[in-house]
Amino acid sequence: MSRSAILKSSLAKKYWMSATGLFLCVFLLGHLAGNLQLFMEGAAGEYQFNQYAKFMTTNPAVKLLSYLTYASILFHAIDGLLLTIQNKKARPVNYAVFKASANSTWASRNMGVLGTVLLAFIVTHMTNFWAVMHWGEMPMQTVDPEGKLLEEPLKNLHMVVMNFFNPAENSLALLATVLYVLSMVAIGFHLSHGFHSAFQSLGLRTGKYGKLIMVAGKVFAIVVPALFAIIPLYLYFIQA
Amino acid sequence: MNLTLKVWRQNGANDKGRLESYQVKDISPDMSFLEMMDVLNDQIIVEGKDPVAFDHDCREGICGSCSMFINGEAHGPGRGITTCQLHMRTFNDGDTIYIEPWRAAAFPVIKDLVTDRSAFDRIIQAGGYVSVNTSGNTQDANALPIPKDDADKAFDAATCIGCGACVATCKNSSAMLFVSAKVSQLALLPQGDPERTTRALHMVEQMDKEGFGNCTNTGACEVECPKEISLENIARLNREYLRASVNPDK
Repeated sequence: MSRSAILKSSLAKKYWMSATGLFLCVFLLGHLAGNLQLFMEGAAGEYQFNQYAKFMTTNPAVKLLSYLTYASILFHAIDGLLLTIQNKKARPVNYAVFKASANSTWASRNMGVLGTVLLAFIVTHMTNFWAVMHWGEMPMQTVDPEGKLLEEPLKNLHMVVMNFFNPAENSLALLATVLYVLSMVAIGFHLSHGFHSAFQSLGLRTGKYGKLIMVAGKVFAIVVPALFAIIPLYLYFIQA
Repeated sequence: MNLTLKVWRQNGANDKGRLESYQVKDISPDMSFLEMMDVLNDQIIVEGKDPVAFDHDCREGICGSCSMFINGEAHGPGRGITTCQLHMRTFNDGDTIYIEPWRAAAFPVIKDLVTDRSAFDRIIQAGGYVSVNTSGNTQDANALPIPKDDADKAFDAATCIGCGACVATCKNSSAMLFVSAKVSQLALLPQGDPERTTRALHMVEQMDKEGFGNCTNTGACEVECPKEISLENIARLNREYLRASVNPDK
């Protein structure tokens, strides 16, 4: 075996796919916890969310994790693309009739398509919020919930998010909300296969834990995207 | 039963190949699919044309020769069976049946429905064996105590007949189910232990060299496998390879 087999072999590619995929699952949980703060109402909610946004963009440990997240997304996408190209090459002539629905789920066969949709979503999503927070013109929060002047004004990401899903402020708010929800459906399907598949590729979906992983994967694939999707719907409808 | 057959005809590896239509009449529902193919070939021979080439041998589901992709599924509809065990009663009078060869870069078509599956042989040659001294004083296998659970799992893996349905049915033409069964049947037993590391590394290396695709865990192979080889074997191969890669000197 050549020394680079652990990087090049078909199985190694799957190990990397699993490792980055599972890391991104953990990232989703963290991101969701942050987003759920948008349910906190009033000035207190706004202050809380903006402080959180500041922490997320300035804390060195978070910074390190964020670079790991960007790298994982890129690696996951490139590795997935390489796997897809190889897999297409492995069957140069297609079947006239191929009844794949008889033996596998739609999501399991369309991970590349779903992944592409998600990559497009991530790019759009980061343009809408992440890039604005880092380099854009931001409204500032200058007073805390008690009305005291802040020593250092906070970037008001809360207002940016609220306005983004407010039809009075953003003419595309409805479209944005619908596309966001559809993207969460795509991530749900992606996770419905990806979660348990990651454990299988690492050789861990086996024996008594096998069933548990399958069930946990289904729950994760439904609950996490659903909670993400409820937030823009809530923000849109309270402001519509 | 009267049927319309759309059969893949390809005169050698360099021919482009095409689906050709045939009508067969008075097919008994009790015939096996291969017997129906025999009727078709008799008909073609009488017409003075070239009969359809297809692989077959034992006709009792244990040799793994018959390799037809029927109506979009390896060995046709039905579970846990090979093409020779598929009966015509599965179909209805007047049906159109598509019959194609296994499709994979690693299984090139030799003629019509016959493909070259020697890639599997080369994977076995790369490590799917135990190097036992056969000088005449070989130890009785029963002298080695083996837990019942392990013996059962090894036996289940060993039922793989190497037909290639897993490759044919996988959207990626991956050979993981085959390779994992062949690795598992030995990895689970003490006889296979000494060569465990090199086996996993060499068999996977050969699998990749042959141009099979990557496993994306769709699970189609397990469903279509005539011997119902479990995906647990693929999980085991993933563990075996990871273990061997991390410590290749063991």
